[in-house]
Amino acid sequence: MKLRDLTELAARNLREAVLRNSLTTLGIAVGVASLVAMLSLGVGLQELASTRLSRSGLFDAVFVTTQSNMRAFGGPPRALPDRVATQPARKLDDDARKQLGEVKNVVEVYPEVRFPTEVQFEGESYRTTVAGIPASARGDGAFDEMKGAFFSGPEANEAILQIEFARDLSKQTDSLIGKELLLRYAEKEPLFADEASENAAGKSAARHSVPNDSAAKDSAADDAPASGGFSLVPREMKLRIIGVVETEPATGFGGFGRGRLLIPLQIAQNLRIAQPTDMREMLRGNTGKPTYETLTVRVNSPKAVQVVEDTIKGMGFGTFSILDATKNMVLFFTVFDSLLLIFGSLALTVASLGIVNTLVMAILERRREIGILKALGAADRDVRRLFFVEAGAMGLLGGVLGVAMGWLIGRALTIGTNAYLKRQELPAIDISSIHWWMVALAIGVSFFVSLAAGMYPASRAARLNPVEALRYE
Amino acid sequence: MRNNSVGEMTGNSNGFAIRTERVSRQYAMGEALVHAVDDVSIAVQAGEFVALLGSSGSGKSTLLNLLAGLDRPSSGAIYAHDHNLAEMTSQELAHHRSHTVGMVFQAFNLLPRMTLEENVELPLRLAEVDRAERPARVREAVERVSLAARLTHRPSELSGGEQQRAALARALVNRPTILLADEPTGNLDSVTGDAIMHLLQEINRNLRMTIVMVTHDKARAARYAHRIITMRDGKLVPEGASDEIA
Repeated sequence: MKLRDLTELAARNLREAVLRNSLTTLGIAVGVASLVAMLSLGVGLQELASTRLSRSGLFDAVFVTTQSNMRAFGGPPRALPDRVATQPARKLDDDARKQLGEVKNVVEVYPEVRFPTEVQFEGESYRTTVAGIPASARGDGAFDEMKGAFFSGPEANEAILQIEFARDLSKQTDSLIGKELLLRYAEKEPLFADEASENAAGKSAARHSVPNDSAAKDSAADDAPASGGFSLVPREMKLRIIGVVETEPATGFGGFGRGRLLIPLQIAQNLRIAQPTDMREMLRGNTGKPTYETLTVRVNSPKAVQVVEDTIKGMGFGTFSILDATKNMVLFFTVFDSLLLIFGSLALTVASLGIVNTLVMAILERRREIGILKALGAADRDVRRLFFVEAGAMGLLGGVLGVAMGWLIGRALTIGTNAYLKRQELPAIDISSIHWWMVALAIGVSFFVSLAAGMYPASRAARLNPVEALRYE
Repeated sequence: MRNNSVGEMTGNSNGFAIRTERVSRQYAMGEALVHAVDDVSIAVQAGEFVALLGSSGSGKSTLLNLLAGLDRPSSGAIYAHDHNLAEMTSQELAHHRSHTVGMVFQAFNLLPRMTLEENVELPLRLAEVDRAERPARVREAVERVSLAARLTHRPSELSGGEQQRAALARALVNRPTILLADEPTGNLDSVTGDAIMHLLQEINRNLRMTIVMVTHDKARAARYAHRIITMRDGKLVPEGASDEIA
């Protein structure tokens, strides 16, 4: 019998026992829906996690510090044994920065400039943390959904506010864009050799300025700290608010907490803010050149992170990247997805038993009909294929319905979750995600599971003795 | 009319539409072995109308099922146009049922959910006849049994006689050479039964179609068939002894 005739006969048979076949199909649909919902939840959560992490700019970055800093601050605990090399600790200064910039696959090297300070806005003072943001951070994705715009240039006197800080300034965060705020900070002003000597002799200035004879000779050459000592001078800078962003992209370790007021990195460096390393380096006599607590090395591809990290370690620096954490995350989600798949598959297995039951019942009911078909010339193969087509049609229809139901369940979960998040004043997220491959997989699995379930009834129907079947009442 | 004459048993089957050679069919019933058909040899000429007469349990329906290829013999050979059904695969037997023989049953065996037209078209689907050709074939078959006006009716909307005529149309639609009828008038009143017998006779005459009809109605068999083959306890009843069969 030709496929078209088989399909027409199967469709007719399915229509004749519409209630039972509909319930069986619904059973399959529920099974597929649970499979799709579980899978979409797993994939959705995985995507959510990776999107959040990738937006943070962590995946293509290697954070470099001196090995001594790694020991002092602890650093990432698991990374420490690997990172501590036998070579002597190297200083993280401009030479090192330049050398790091020459490593293959490295596109940018920049220091982390982050400092706590005070901001004045519309007559009120606010304490906050300022973070310098490199121009390359524009592509991280953290700024994709920002309100307003990214910095117009590397030295623009502009500020982007983190949403929570923006809410501190005004409930209508959108209205802040275009307004000005006043940044108050303490600038590190270098002391020249003679001034340093005076300070060394005096008592009053001892707390704010520190001499260093060894570095004094360098002072005449440039604007670098002439003596190694410095004064702290209060300064102010007007910044125009140009945007509001949900979160700060990761540009470094974030040692002083999250940046709530973001400014161009170049501007932040020009401010010459006193950094925690300054005092230590000055006491160690390393004041000739500025040193950095950490440097962030931006790599051209996340795939190159491991190679770059190994190279930098070989240069005698301590490194940390999110790679290890990512590996663990992938492992976690693989196990998580597998568990969800198992639970989803259980429902589909139960549904497939429904198909077996329905078709076995159909054989009993249609015993005489099978006998008639055989008497009229139907081969065993025709009868088998007829039952197969019926099982396959239920599977296909159940699969399509199941995908639709699974999608609805996913949407319902997302809506419910977002309603809760909204009450908690948290941003909306999409916790389920359905891809085309998932739709194809679910319908395919449903179809083939149904065919497998129809195998036994179909072969039983095909083996029926026509003489006995014709006698059946 | 001849009675219980057996055709040529050996050699080629020229002239015979169907013949059997010492065919037997046994069933195991518990520990007992039932000989439903026991060493039966018959030969039916092409275009002949033969009645298989016998009381209930005589083995006539079993023999008809064997001729139809619905059942396989335990021993012996069954030739339909020189092809031995006993040696056929199940696929070949299906082809035999589809193309060589048409069957009519006492209980009509129409599919209740299908219309008359769909019931008659069903063998064409199974025989993979071209879709474009089917409507004409269906119309030809239903016109032969005078049911052209009832094409869209379901079996439940037809009388017993009409249902049997519809079953006849279904049996004829694939243009078989042999028509096998199992008690075709068994469920009909005498007038309707006679009408069906007239129809069978007409088909036999006009289409030169070989007909083997199972019946226990000796009078009807004598009136319409060319020849009567009588069975008792699975065996052929010898000529002369058949008069004893009621």
